[in-house]
Amino acid sequence: MKTVRNVVCPFCGSLCDDIEVDIEDNRVVKVRKGCAISATKFTKYNEERIYKPRIDGREVSLEEAINEAVEILANAKYPALYGWSCTSTEAINIGIEIAELVGGVMDNTASVCHGPTILGEQDAGISTCTLGQVKNRAELIIYWGCNPAHAHPRHMARYSAASRGRFVKGRKERTVIVVDVRKTHTAKTADIFIQIKPNSDFELLTALRWAVKNGELEQEEIAGIPAEKIEELADMLISCRFGALFFGLGLTMSAGKARNIEAAVNLVRELNNYTKFVMVPMRGHFNVTGANEVMAWATGFPFAVDFSRGYPFYNPGDTTFVDVLTRGDCDAALIVASDPVSGFPAEAIRNLAKIPVITLDPHETLTTMISKVVIPTAVVGIEAEGSAYRMDAVPLRLKKLVEPPPGILSDEEVLKMILKKLKERVK
Amino acid sequence: MIKVILITGRSLNQGVSKELGKFSKEYMEKVAVCELDPEDLKLLGVSSGQNVKVKTKYGEVVVKATESTQAPHKGIAFIPYGPWASILMPSATESTGMPSLKGIEATIEPAKDEEILDPEKLIKMVVGREP
Repeated sequence: MKTVRNVVCPFCGSLCDDIEVDIEDNRVVKVRKGCAISATKFTKYNEERIYKPRIDGREVSLEEAINEAVEILANAKYPALYGWSCTSTEAINIGIEIAELVGGVMDNTASVCHGPTILGEQDAGISTCTLGQVKNRAELIIYWGCNPAHAHPRHMARYSAASRGRFVKGRKERTVIVVDVRKTHTAKTADIFIQIKPNSDFELLTALRWAVKNGELEQEEIAGIPAEKIEELADMLISCRFGALFFGLGLTMSAGKARNIEAAVNLVRELNNYTKFVMVPMRGHFNVTGANEVMAWATGFPFAVDFSRGYPFYNPGDTTFVDVLTRGDCDAALIVASDPVSGFPAEAIRNLAKIPVITLDPHETLTTMISKVVIPTAVVGIEAEGSAYRMDAVPLRLKKLVEPPPGILSDEEVLKMILKKLKERVK
Repeated sequence: MIKVILITGRSLNQGVSKELGKFSKEYMEKVAVCELDPEDLKLLGVSSGQNVKVKTKYGEVVVKATESTQAPHKGIAFIPYGPWASILMPSATESTGMPSLKGIEATIEPAKDEEILDPEKLIKMVVGREP
């Protein structure tokens, strides 16, 4: 048996890098320090595995599957390439080259999670920092529309509310505020809980900014919260020495979307006239931040990049995958490390099911069910190495702990093979 | 029947059971659920564990009602991310790329004798053919 230390967990955007795993006979047998999701991921990654490539449900050789994928992509007028948040930075980079070569549209899952965050940031900027800064300095922490107790189980202990920092020693030295529509398990650990009415985050953020700038509010109640409470909150935010706002999909998926983020950015900007205040999005999949980083450095845009004009074109709402599908624009799709059929609206799924879909995934998913070509790949961070970006855009190296099943390659290797053959095919 | 605002999101159980496989018994047990405030359950006359039908302008789905451990949130229903929640969602993105996956109007009614569809049946229903 061997023990590997400082393993990076490939589940959520927290990318906890202190996991210890015991390996015996090429299998992870024990996980220490990980959360419940991490422990399940590291030990159950062989559940519902795909072991052989398939075309139309028939098992084929890897070469046949790759040839079919190349034919589909080469013959398509407007293929879509989607997913990318659960694979390595290196694989994403090759995906971009494929998208450019075939003149397709490439989007990542940010478009259905923190895409509006990116739009808000592009409009208004962002005052941010690494999680280490929060851990060492933040005296006041807000979780707004996010529930780390469920979605990022070790975030509070490792990086935020309860972390032991250099200057702020722990939970007792911090004030924790939760804004949510439900009294979540995160809210139950907070010092102050603000239960906001659904779809009224924009109003509360704007009122809070007014209260920070001007003191008193004219209304008696905003977003279901009494004015005095908002004014009290504004005083607390101004009075801390270092504050951090963590925000989640409660802001990006509800009414206002990108405008909510813009309002949050403007609140934080206003607070910086009085104290130091930062904000960090609670990114979901382990490398969704990486997908944005790689696409931004390679094309200039972080998601929803259309290459059909021969140069990168970005127009969220138009070149985002849900919109491309709902309009029925794309005539083929390459899905890598994602399961859009589980998470997309019905209209989009119906159109995806009408076109030839190529899916690269270690596991059976609802998307592999409707795919013409399925190519199994290694589990990144367990069976394949690569880099990934944490929610604060700090890159970390994922380890290869065990060998993948015989004949199974990584996303990166399969995509390289597709790219090579495509280059020969479309010469 | 009650009117609610529907939100979808991550839950710890959804995260763990997802790793056990999208076709596992655990995934369906933990994800084909609708968490309701205890008062809303009473209003509906439904006990935790019984099936309910959730309807929006965009679709309808049968899931299991559970009493929320993150209450109070009267008038708000929560369904974890997954194929059951997705059916209820609009596809319009208001020029952002993001469908409104939180904060949409829905109704809930008891559906004690109606079946919760497994992922395969659900997809068959959505795409209108054998996947």
